[in-house]
Amino acid sequence: MALTAAVPFWRAAGMTYITYSNICANLVRNCLKEPHRAESLAREKVHFSLSKWADGKAQKPVLRSDAPEV
Amino acid sequence: MFKQASRLLSRSIAAASSKSVTTRAFSSEVPSTIDSTFVESWKKVAPNMDPPQTPSAFMKPRPSTPSSIPTKLTVNFVLPYASELSGKEVDMVIIPATTGQMGVLPGHVPTIAELKPGIMSVHEGADVKKYFLSSGFALLHANSVADIIAIEAVPLEHIDPSQVQKGLAEFQQKLTSATTDLEKAEAQIGVEVHSAINAALSG
Repeated sequence: MALTAAVPFWRAAGMTYITYSNICANLVRNCLKEPHRAESLAREKVHFSLSKWADGKAQKPVLRSDAPEV
Repeated sequence: MFKQASRLLSRSIAAASSKSVTTRAFSSEVPSTIDSTFVESWKKVAPNMDPPQTPSAFMKPRPSTPSSIPTKLTVNFVLPYASELSGKEVDMVIIPATTGQMGVLPGHVPTIAELKPGIMSVHEGADVKKYFLSSGFALLHANSVADIIAIEAVPLEHIDPSQVQKGLAEFQQKLTSATTDLEKAEAQIGVEVHSAINAALSG
């Protein structure tokens, strides 16, 4: 019995299924016609607002936007 | 002594389920029958404690498999941001599984299929609705319910062919110039997805 099952090439390269799936989805979104493309890219944007705390008060927040993959 | 208990428990549960149900592989119809001999031996040993419950006691019974194959397939097609089809009754669905295009009819063998980027078509009478799926899974259940999940699903009309050609050329170029394994994998994914879209648009 084979100790290593036939793994897909992306898993052999160290990528997880979720990363693979998100990359595929992003590529598909980038290939859409205009109104749909803008909508779908806007829908998938993720923003983080990070604020460090000191002395019980929040310091100025840092806004981070998750850059889409690919 | 407690090692014995788990051995007795699994043996008696197996015996109980094979006695109470006709030779059926799936446990969808087995109620959580509590084996009386086990309960009696437990009570002798630990009369003040309730016999242990097994995971099946906490599970809701699975929806039953109808004895005759239903005429329609119930499809639930969901995306992370929307539910495209919810409980829709159709005649057939063709899904782009990694092992090839798979046709799903009512009464299909229960299957979990990983999907590759490709076209899914939903056939209802004479109408065929096609979507290009980015990737996902299809869970086909014994009661002719199909759950298809994908991250992106677009009708073919929404795809821009020139963008696809541009993307394909770009990723083919990246594939030749890639150095690390990860870059190669990403470029390979790009080539595969764009080729699949191309094939979908032309085929």
